[in-house]
Amino acid sequence: MTSRKYLVLAGVSLCASIGDSMLSRGMKQVGGISLNHFSDLILAVTNPSVAVGILLLLGFFASYMTALSWADLTYVLPATSLGYVLLTLIAKFFLHETVTTSRWIGVLLISAGVGFVTQGPALTHHPAKSHEAACEPTSARQQQ
Amino acid sequence: MKQAYAWSAITAIVLTSTIGDVLLSRAMKQVGDVGELWRRSGLWTVVSRMLGNPNFLLGVLAMTTAFYSLLFGLSWGDVSLIAPASASLTFITNAVAAKLFLHERVDHRRWLAAFLVAGGVVLLAA
Repeated sequence: MTSRKYLVLAGVSLCASIGDSMLSRGMKQVGGISLNHFSDLILAVTNPSVAVGILLLLGFFASYMTALSWADLTYVLPATSLGYVLLTLIAKFFLHETVTTSRWIGVLLISAGVGFVTQGPALTHHPAKSHEAACEPTSARQQQ
Repeated sequence: MKQAYAWSAITAIVLTSTIGDVLLSRAMKQVGDVGELWRRSGLWTVVSRMLGNPNFLLGVLAMTTAFYSLLFGLSWGDVSLIAPASASLTFITNAVAAKLFLHERVDHRRWLAAFLVAGGVVLLAA
């Protein structure tokens, strides 16, 4: 794992958690949208928090796809769940919210899970490579 | 009855998001290392390979279905049940599906990680 790949995993965690928070904050500012005033949903994009939230979720999708191109699904999902921990820390230290003991235990469990999975290899099976190997002519394989 | 609706929504979310994750993971392995491909052939090659991959398109469709299932679920049931239950169960079902369909080597370390994160998500949302 290179530092660039760790940056991509951090991008998945950060973009997902901050993007969700921005969307939630923006939609609360916009208020309830009824089906009779559907155009309000389109106008909601002009709210700065919603716009930043959408941009961050696009960033999440791009970095998630990048991570899946070189790492297993069972590696990427737990490794990027650190975003939940970050959100709790932001809630505690920046928003001064009360974090209960059960939530701190949740933070510990997630951190332990991330620790376990990142100790192992990122990729255990590469279907594209095995497919290429299967398609490779026998003579080419014998020359190697 | 409300509980039955909520759990049917949770089942739909977990099922469709797991199918979506598996299809997207398979698609991206077929596309290849995005960073390397981008450097070698440019961004357009990466985008066209992704959009030309049927698994990618089906994966996006499944994820969109999962998103709408979540919206319907939230309108039927409590967010405090639906959000953590679907998020944590997805970690477990993804581990099972990745082993079965993507042939990933899910060793005891990865199982433990999936269960710890799933438990942690439930506690955070509680």
